[in-house]
Amino acid sequence: MRFIDEYRDEATARKYSERLHAITTRPWTIMEVCGGQTHTIVKFGIESLLPKEITLVHGPGCPVCVTPREMIDKAIAVASRPDVLFTSFGDMLRVPGSSRDLLTVKAEGGAVRMVYSPLDAVKIATLNPDKQVVFFAVGFETTAPANAMAVWLAKRLDLKNFSILCSHVLVPPAMEALLSSQTHLVQGFLAAGHVCTVMGYEEYVPIAARYHVPIVVTGFEPVDILQGIYMTVRQLEEGRIEVENQYARSVRREGNVPARQLLSEVFEPTDRKWRGIGEIPMSGYRLKGDYAEYDAEKRFEVGDIEAQESPLCIAGLVLQGLKKPHDCPVFGTHCTPESPLGAPMVSSEGACAAYYHFKRVDLKSQI
Amino acid sequence: MDEKTSIDMAAGLACPIPITDYKSVLLAHGGGGKLTQQMIRKMFLPSFQNEFLEPLHDGAVVSFNGVKLAFTTDSYVVNPIVFPGGDIGELAVNGTVNDLAMCGARPLYLSAAFIIEEGFPMEDLWRIVLSMQSASRKAGVSLVTGDTKVVDRGKGDKIFINTSGVGLIEPGVEIHPKRAAAGDKIILNGPIAAHGIAIMSVREGLEFESRVESDTAALNDLVSTMFDASKDIHVLRDPTRGGLASALNEIAESARVGISITEDRILIGEEVKGACEILGLDPLYVANEGKLVAFVDPDAADRVLGAMRRHPLGKEAVIIGEVVPDHAGTVVMKSRIGGFRVVDMLSGEQLPRIC
Repeated sequence: MRFIDEYRDEATARKYSERLHAITTRPWTIMEVCGGQTHTIVKFGIESLLPKEITLVHGPGCPVCVTPREMIDKAIAVASRPDVLFTSFGDMLRVPGSSRDLLTVKAEGGAVRMVYSPLDAVKIATLNPDKQVVFFAVGFETTAPANAMAVWLAKRLDLKNFSILCSHVLVPPAMEALLSSQTHLVQGFLAAGHVCTVMGYEEYVPIAARYHVPIVVTGFEPVDILQGIYMTVRQLEEGRIEVENQYARSVRREGNVPARQLLSEVFEPTDRKWRGIGEIPMSGYRLKGDYAEYDAEKRFEVGDIEAQESPLCIAGLVLQGLKKPHDCPVFGTHCTPESPLGAPMVSSEGACAAYYHFKRVDLKSQI
Repeated sequence: MDEKTSIDMAAGLACPIPITDYKSVLLAHGGGGKLTQQMIRKMFLPSFQNEFLEPLHDGAVVSFNGVKLAFTTDSYVVNPIVFPGGDIGELAVNGTVNDLAMCGARPLYLSAAFIIEEGFPMEDLWRIVLSMQSASRKAGVSLVTGDTKVVDRGKGDKIFINTSGVGLIEPGVEIHPKRAAAGDKIILNGPIAAHGIAIMSVREGLEFESRVESDTAALNDLVSTMFDASKDIHVLRDPTRGGLASALNEIAESARVGISITEDRILIGEEVKGACEILGLDPLYVANEGKLVAFVDPDAADRVLGAMRRHPLGKEAVIIGEVVPDHAGTVVMKSRIGGFRVVDMLSGEQLPRIC
C-alpha cells in the first residue's frame, strides 16, 4: 500500500538503525510527543533497533490520557440524562471516571454511541430531533478542525439539539510547561506530525530557541520515527538547535491555512487541566463568541463537577517522561487495561497500555 | 432459617466476579477477550466443572465404546444479518461446522434453533433458510433437529440463531491445544481480518466504501485434506472473534509454550489493510470466519502445507511461525521492520482510536 509499505520497509529501517549507531557517541534522552508515535514505537519494537545510549520517553500527546477525570465525570453526567444521545470516539468510552466509564453507562441503558467523525454526530442530531445529541470533543490540534467544522455546520443548520463537550488541548503550551519544570530530562523532541499538518511548525521555533532543544516534526510510520530520531540525534551530536521537518510529505511550515482559519473562528485558547499534570495556562480550546451556545458543559450545567485522581497512579510522572510505566508500583497489578486506574492504561495510545500489551517480556534479551 | 444458614446461602450465591469491577455485563464480556475468559473461568467453569468442559476447547470430545465424538454449540447474533460475502444463516452453519473441524472431527449432524423477533419479514427468513440449506450441503452435514421461538417486537434484534453439532473423530486423530510443542510449525490458511472488516463496513453509523467480503467458509474439507497428508497435526483453531492474536494466545496459555511469529508472513488483503489503517484497528485482533491455524509436527509441516495449497481454501497457506521453548504463555512477533513485540490478548472490544 502506497505511503505505508515503503515506510515499514525492513531494509530502510535497518539503514537508519545503522546510521544511528554510527553517529551516537553519548547518552541522549528524546521525547516523542504524540501517543500515536508511542504506539508505533512499541508496536514495531523500535527501541530494540536503537543504540543503548538513546532513551525514548513518552510524552503527554495522547488525548485520551490527558483528559482529566472530572471531564469524564461530566461526560457521564451528560450521557446519563434520558434526553441525551451521547456520541464519542471509541477510545473515550472505556476511560474510567470517578465511579464508572461511558461503556457502563451504555450497559445500564444510557444512549451512548461510538462515531468515527464529529460530522456523523451532526447527522445523528438531524435524524433525532427529539434528542439532545452531544459529541465528546477530545483531542489535540489534529482533531480540532473536524470538531470545529461540526459546530460550524450545526450553526449553519440552526440545530438546537447539538452540542459538544469540549476538552481540546494544545501541544506547544504543554511542551513549554514540561521544559520549564526543573526536573525534566528531555534533550530533544519528536514533534507530532499530524498536529503540525494542521498548525504548521512556526510556533516551535521560539520554543527550540528558548529552551535549547532540537525539535524534529516527525511522522508515524516506523521509518518516519527512526528517521526523526536520527535527525534529532544528529543535531544533538553536532550541537545544533533547530526545528526540522522529517514529515515533509504532509507538513508545511504554515500548516493547513483554511483549517487554521476555521479554528480561530470557532475556538479560542483557554486554561485547561491535564490529567496527571494539572492546569496549564492557555493550553486548550473553548468555543468562542456565538459558538458558545453549543457548549454542552453550559447547556447541561455540569461545569462545577470536580474529581480526585487515584492516589496510586503516577500517570503525571509518566506523561512528563520522569518515570517509565513499569516503574509504577501498581503497573500490571492493580492497574491493568481491564481495570485501569489511570488513563494511560486505557487508550491503545497510552504509554502504560502500550507497555502492558507489547513489552511485558524483556525482548532485548532475546535478540 | 437460622442465621448461620443464611450466611452460608449468601456465600454460596455470591457472584465470583468482583461486583466492584462490573455490576452488569458489558459487550466486552462477549468479545472473546480477557473479560470473556474471566467470566468463563470464574463463573461457568467452576459451576459446571467436568472433564469434558475443562479443556475449554472449541467443542467437547466424548467417547462411546471407543468411538470418539465432538460436540459443540454456538449462537449467532451478527448485525447486520446480511453482510458482504454472506449472511447470518451461512455463518451459523459454517461456524459450528468449523468448531467441530477444529476438534479434528468430521461434522455429521447439526441442530438449529431460531429466536425471531415479531414482525421479521418472512422473505428474509426464507433467504436465511435457503442459505443454511446451501451451506450445509456444501459442508456435507445434515440439519437434523431444531426449534423456533418468536419474541415480542423490541425484545430481540430481528433474528438470533443457535446451532449445535456432532462430529466423528477418526482413530489416530488427536487435536488438543495442550499438544502444542516446541518445534511445531504454525500454518495459517490465508489472508486475515476480512470478516470483521466486512461487517464493520456496513454497520450503522460506520459505513465506508469497501469491497471487502467476509471470508465465511466451512473448513472441514480443508481439514480432512490436511489429515490425509498427515495425522501429526497437534492443534487446530479457527481465529474468529478476537482474531489471530487471541487464538494464538489461548494456545500459548493452554499448552504453556512460547509462540514466535513473523509479521510479514501474515497475509492481509490490501483493502482490509487500508480499512484497518483508517480505523486504527490491529488486523491481528479482527475476526475471521474461514481461517484456521494448524500447529504441525515439524517433520510433517511441508506435507500438510503442500496439501493445503492444493485446496481452494488453502491456496495462500503459509507457515507464519513456530512454537519455541522460551517465553512460555507469550506470543512474540518479529515486526515488519525487524523489531520484536509481544502480541497480547485483547482486554475488551477493540476500540477505534481518536487519531
